[in-house]
Amino acid sequence: MPPITLAKAINQGLRKAMEADEKVLIMGEDVGKLGGVFRVTDGLQKDFGEDRVIDTPLAESGIIGTAIGLALRGYRPVCEIQFDGFVYPAFDQIVSQLAKMHNRSAGSVAMPVTIRIPFGGGIGAVEHHSESPEAYFCHTAGLKVVACSNPVDAYFMIQQAITSPDPVIFFEPKRRYWDKAELDTTATPLPLESAKVLRTGTDATLISYGPTVPVCLAAAAAAESEGRSLEVIDLRSLSPLDLPPLLASAEKTGRVVVVHEAPSECSLSSEIAARITEKAFFSLQAPVLRVTGFDTPYPPSRLEEDYLPDLDRVLDAVDRSMAY
Amino acid sequence: MDDGAELVQLLTPEGERVDHPVYSVDLTDAEYRSLYRDLVMSRRVDVEATALQRQGELGIWASLLGQEAAQVGAARAMLPQDFAFPTYREHAVAWCRNVDPLRLLALFRGVNLGGWDPNEHNFNLYTIVIGSQTLHATGYAMGMQRDGADAATLAFFGDGASSQGDVNEAFVWAAVFNPPIVFFCQNNQWAISEPLERQSKQPLYKRALGFGFPGVRVDGNDVLACLAVTKAALENAREGNGPTLIEAFTYRMGAHTTSDDPTRYRLSSELEAWKLKDPIERVRSFLFKNQLADAAFFEQLEAEADELATTIRDGVHEMVDPDPLSLFDTVYAELTPLLTEQRDTFERYLAGFAGERA
Repeated sequence: MPPITLAKAINQGLRKAMEADEKVLIMGEDVGKLGGVFRVTDGLQKDFGEDRVIDTPLAESGIIGTAIGLALRGYRPVCEIQFDGFVYPAFDQIVSQLAKMHNRSAGSVAMPVTIRIPFGGGIGAVEHHSESPEAYFCHTAGLKVVACSNPVDAYFMIQQAITSPDPVIFFEPKRRYWDKAELDTTATPLPLESAKVLRTGTDATLISYGPTVPVCLAAAAAAESEGRSLEVIDLRSLSPLDLPPLLASAEKTGRVVVVHEAPSECSLSSEIAARITEKAFFSLQAPVLRVTGFDTPYPPSRLEEDYLPDLDRVLDAVDRSMAY
Repeated sequence: MDDGAELVQLLTPEGERVDHPVYSVDLTDAEYRSLYRDLVMSRRVDVEATALQRQGELGIWASLLGQEAAQVGAARAMLPQDFAFPTYREHAVAWCRNVDPLRLLALFRGVNLGGWDPNEHNFNLYTIVIGSQTLHATGYAMGMQRDGADAATLAFFGDGASSQGDVNEAFVWAAVFNPPIVFFCQNNQWAISEPLERQSKQPLYKRALGFGFPGVRVDGNDVLACLAVTKAALENAREGNGPTLIEAFTYRMGAHTTSDDPTRYRLSSELEAWKLKDPIERVRSFLFKNQLADAAFFEQLEAEADELATTIRDGVHEMVDPDPLSLFDTVYAELTPLLTEQRDTFERYLAGFAGERA
């Protein structure tokens, strides 16, 4: 089985979902002939036709708003937002309509809409192409928010997101689109809402998701060579959070560092720090520390290596945690 | 100032039937009476709801006073398989789609956020954010198109909404994908305090031309014209000929909502002028003059409206506040572990007041 890229894994997951359910539609800008700017939908329009893989006008609110109508009619739209920074025109439709429709209808309407968003930096892009807007969506009741970090998860999680009766914001780590892994499509995946312990350790826990998961794994490997044992957990589901594995790890190691690209203020790391403090207070040997993007606008690309959490910043945080 | 020229009209304010070169209706006597009944009953719902708000039984009410003909005409043009996407003022459309008026009042009382199944009556939930529903209607119509259904959507919005990005995006989508949709704009002249001049330099129906589909302006206080024009547009849409924008030129005779005070921004003479074009009076005159209804009919209808008012009053008085724990019920298809925990914590907290909350 040859290794497959993360972009291709999502492509194959989408294909599988479209084969399994003829109500699954793909909608977005340039998703048809071009196959998406990252080629994630490559070949799908050719095989499933223009009625199921729809090149939309360039209006994000329109993409989500019409997807809501299609979902009401019994379809399962998978919308692509071309870049993270372009989701904001659709924010109202996502937050006020998509997220609330099930609740507003007292449960009589389901909104099985998946919104795929390539997110995060590290590709040397211009402004608005490197953002991490996940916290905005986690803050909204009614949405599920997930992020994949590797091709295997990407393949299964996209299919699970599409079959979910709830709307799912599906974040794809764009700088990992070309990462490769072997994919066994016959494996049984974890539930979509589950976190996953990727590496066990005893001295401290690194919690991350999306593009910084490989950073944490590399940091754990480096720490091992210095005789330090780090546990690494991939959240996968950002909302709802799968707390039990996080708490179990915090209780075991007593030291937690949360890592993500998004700014720290009111972020996933804020939430995780609060939850762990509430639930595992007496197990902690140190406060929950955070390694994140700075609370600044995403910088011009020549500065993004400074902005993004890297191996050294993660290990520095581990050192600070261990020093307590 | 837009004086409402170029209106399609089939019934004058004086109740005279007039011909139009394109649009016509051919109704039985019973159908004329039925339209009149819809107008009277939906106004009665509105009057009763307004009174209940003043008595403190509803948190707020958005009156449809003056817009009955636009709504009844549009709604009665629909087939059962068509689907309506209302704003929050389409009470007469709800009436015509057989939605229990108490469902509407429950929303404005604050006991739920909508609470009816949109698929039961092909009448979507009220949408309060201005213009959002036009995109939902467009997407739904794209679904009908893919299903090969002999059906269309009818998207309601107002003059204020015509400025929203979503409405303009819906026009773009409808133009390029050609789904079976009719946009029905009730231009009631006022977006709370802002007059039409603040939304548009030219008549709203003309905007359609720029997007690439036809626009037509109809006398929104003429139920026959609204029926004829909407029927033609829906048929056209069902046949695969694409969208139409209908501008129903009407007037919001009441306040924006019960929280609004129109005396701060408009002259009473304007209202007086529009009262002469009342959508119900002209049908009443028409029925009388042409002996399509007798005194017994009007008396019977009056009694029926009184009965509806009683049902509404009693129904609202009997509405109980929802169980506090129900607020967790339908956030997701299944309660998540974190929400379960939050719910259980809240339940224990509430139990601490057991006895005090009687």
